[in-house]
Amino acid sequence: MRSDQRYSIFTLIGGAFRAHRHWKPAWRSPQPKTQYDVVIVGGGGHGLATAYYLAKNHGIQNVAVVEKNWIGGGNSGRNTAVVRSNYLRDASIRFFDKSLQLYEGLSQELNYNIMLSQRSEVDVLLTTVSMRNMKRRSLNMNRLGIEFQMLTPDQVRQRIPILAPMENCRLPILGGSVQERAGIARHDAIVWGYARGADSYGVDIIQNAEVTAIRRGDDGEVTEIETSRGRIKTNKVAIATGNENAAVASLVDLRLPLRCYNLQAFVSEPIKPVLDVVVNCPDLGVYLSHSDKGELVIGGATDAQQISFRKGGKLPMLEDTISGLLELFPSFRRLKLMRQWGGALEFAQDGSPIVSSTDVKGFYVSAGWWGGFKAIPAGGMTFAHLIARDEPHPLAAGYGMERFSTLNYLLEGGTTVPTD
Amino acid sequence: MLLINCPWCGVRAETEFRCAGQVKAPRSEYLDKSDTAWLEYLYRADNRRGILEEYWCHEKGCGEWFKLRRDTTTHEIMDGDTDS
Repeated sequence: MRSDQRYSIFTLIGGAFRAHRHWKPAWRSPQPKTQYDVVIVGGGGHGLATAYYLAKNHGIQNVAVVEKNWIGGGNSGRNTAVVRSNYLRDASIRFFDKSLQLYEGLSQELNYNIMLSQRSEVDVLLTTVSMRNMKRRSLNMNRLGIEFQMLTPDQVRQRIPILAPMENCRLPILGGSVQERAGIARHDAIVWGYARGADSYGVDIIQNAEVTAIRRGDDGEVTEIETSRGRIKTNKVAIATGNENAAVASLVDLRLPLRCYNLQAFVSEPIKPVLDVVVNCPDLGVYLSHSDKGELVIGGATDAQQISFRKGGKLPMLEDTISGLLELFPSFRRLKLMRQWGGALEFAQDGSPIVSSTDVKGFYVSAGWWGGFKAIPAGGMTFAHLIARDEPHPLAAGYGMERFSTLNYLLEGGTTVPTD
Repeated sequence: MLLINCPWCGVRAETEFRCAGQVKAPRSEYLDKSDTAWLEYLYRADNRRGILEEYWCHEKGCGEWFKLRRDTTTHEIMDGDTDS
């Protein structure tokens, strides 16, 4: 971290004597240059982390991040901020645990408080199917030396005392599982921390610049991009645009194997502390955590049927989620919901992300990050490696796009609704 | 909630229906061609904003299939079509 203004308790105290007028903007807002070594399209968590690791790990500092709106205004600002690594397959477990490890050191590394709270995630399991699924995950993770263990019903109740009493349950609690290192982090801080970090290495963050065309040379290689703020020459374009990946890739006539589905979340009115863990219940399709502001942050299952880009939710999914929530926690029945939001999750058909070069020379894709918040550090690190060296990072070797023609899938399912 | 006009049952709630994806040319047209065309049939969808034509089934009603056109940004539904 090379920022000329480090944040610490001393700069804070020092500022108190100067009416806090000494704070400078955390990153510049430069005019785009005419040429960059790499242009990253998409200023969300993944795009900015990629720029940061390009500069820091690979010494490529002539980099621009172009963002259509403002940084962190897409899905980086619309998620439920849970971080965990309890995945199913070896490759995913290694990848997502690396991400969690990077999160653990990120506040120090970026000199920016990401408010990581490793309060653990407890899965409340009501059917033998999800017991078996989680047991399988825990055995696989333990084999790789990563902690994830099963809980007895009593241990679940000990960790979550406000769960519905036994006699009122439609489905009794059969057990649970817990990852102690899981938790939540502040989503804006991740985006801003990486933006400030990348900026300090000389990366240009260019907001309000929408990519309108990508020009190619005689061999089909990328040569120039056209944005609403002018033309930029570059030989490497890397896209991390979330829901817009398919649209941006169509500028170079690529069709990506992706589908966007709606997911919604909502927030209750603020209440006194009642939950000190992240709770997930795969059988009722609901997960929640208690935010620092006192609001319960509640998420439901994906509406995984219809392709949707709508930034709102639908009532049937909301009713399903709320009825599941009240089954676990009847005491929440009089809470009011303060706000609700929705967004699109982008899936590849095997449920694993795509971190890949493409048939178009100089065009790289980081996509399919449904649940991509927890993957930001490792996603950025491995994407930067791919862009800089033109070979995949060992941790993301299974995420290449060629897997869809070699049928070398990396099947993954969520934990809110298990699919295996 | 979406209200969907089933060509046989009339207007019903979305929860009675199942979406089975985008309307494509019949499978036989892809099978005889290259592997790439086959993968295209299996996995690629028009993942875009705007109006898509889709197969829907009135699963919890009459059980019949039909096509309809739906806007992926607004979720607005244009009327169904029973030709298929």
